[in-house]
Amino acid sequence: MQTHMKSPTTFTVNGRTIRVEIEPHKTLLDVLRDDLDLTGTKCGCETGECGACTVLLDGKAVLSCLTLAVTADGKNIVTIEGLSEGEALHPLQSAFIEHGAIQCGYCTPGMILSANSLLNDNPNPTPEEIKKALSGNLCRCTGYQKVIEAVEDAAKRIRRM
Amino acid sequence: MYYTRILKPFNLLMPQTIDEAISILAKYGNKAKILAGGTDLLVKMRQRVLTPGCVVSVNKIKGLNAIDGDPKGELRIGAATTMRSIESSRVVQDYYTVLHEAVCQIGTAQVRNMATIGGNLCNASPAADTAPPLISLGAEIKIVSAPGNRETTRLIPIEGFFAGPGKTILQSDEMLTEIRLKPIAKGTGCAFLKIGRLGVDISKVSAAACIRIVDGVCKVARISLGAVAPTPIRAKKAEITLEGKKICEDIVAEAGDAGAEEIRPVKDMRSTADYRREVSKVIVRRVIIRACQRAGVDV
Repeated sequence: MQTHMKSPTTFTVNGRTIRVEIEPHKTLLDVLRDDLDLTGTKCGCETGECGACTVLLDGKAVLSCLTLAVTADGKNIVTIEGLSEGEALHPLQSAFIEHGAIQCGYCTPGMILSANSLLNDNPNPTPEEIKKALSGNLCRCTGYQKVIEAVEDAAKRIRRM
Repeated sequence: MYYTRILKPFNLLMPQTIDEAISILAKYGNKAKILAGGTDLLVKMRQRVLTPGCVVSVNKIKGLNAIDGDPKGELRIGAATTMRSIESSRVVQDYYTVLHEAVCQIGTAQVRNMATIGGNLCNASPAADTAPPLISLGAEIKIVSAPGNRETTRLIPIEGFFAGPGKTILQSDEMLTEIRLKPIAKGTGCAFLKIGRLGVDISKVSAAACIRIVDGVCKVARISLGAVAPTPIRAKKAEITLEGKKICEDIVAEAGDAGAEEIRPVKDMRSTADYRREVSKVIVRRVIIRACQRAGVDV
């Protein structure tokens, strides 16, 4: 059992084991951005509607704005910063750039992580399945068509790898 | 609506067992709130609708997020099982189709990865999409209480669980731990339908039906509606209209009208009451038709 004091919490972020002292009311979004300087994860609506704060928790896309950081103890977290390998972009990242599926970029980290979670479960999704998987990621500038095309193309690239 | 970035500080407790959780609830009373997926609770805490002094996370309790048992005897779904786990369960998909259909349509992918079935029920929204399917299946829920005057464990039918918008019969020292589903009798078909602005939105009207047909005659009908009364309801008049009758287009239309008579809809930002009344007729009719088709009878 743990109490209102700062709790020592250990989790893996992008492959690195991190130990932090966290106050119970801090969300995973707060800790990623403010304590770990991982500002690729965006803060949007903070009510679970927009998906800008999406990260992978044990491989599944979740909303970091509605996750208390302490409850992520022992878990494996991947943020947008953890997707590329050094300078080599992840196929989803390359496909988003090449298809013009990115404009202001605010929704993109969440979009890419939701797509990544989908492709982990389903390497060959239909456009309908892609739409359903991305229905929790709102974009206010590009529209969604290019995003869907980028995910389809990335899925192809990953299947060939 | 009042809204703030910062959650008001609270004690966070992470019990390892149900007993430990119950004793915390008994100690803190109304000041404690259970945290499961967080998709409802943390939003309400940000809006300052709720400001619990103590948050009890149930995510470390072993077995509370498991689906076990067997559809031929009894299937048990732990209260902290996520929508995603239920969506992926072969047994739920094959035997309890009505629940599978509802869960697949709840929220977004991220929300389904986080939100739990127990949270959906205890949050007690009249529009909770898991409630009508469970009512139509005649599900029971297990409630565990602190030692005292009551039984420490009781099983009650799910339809008796809801007390009003956001309210259940749970006392402050009680916890919902499990949902139990009975076997589906031969010749039964079930289905769920909802109307919302978009798939991911909160339902304006939802309906579930579980219908057993033998030689073209409806033996048992269980119909439930959501978002059209202060709690999810059973449409008993619609059930009576069907039971004992040969299934045909007229009788199904009559049941739809009977179902719409039982609702007590509100007018809100999602729909007018009149709209809900009209649409309820159609949705009840359609959900019955789909359930009958699955029982092998075309209407």
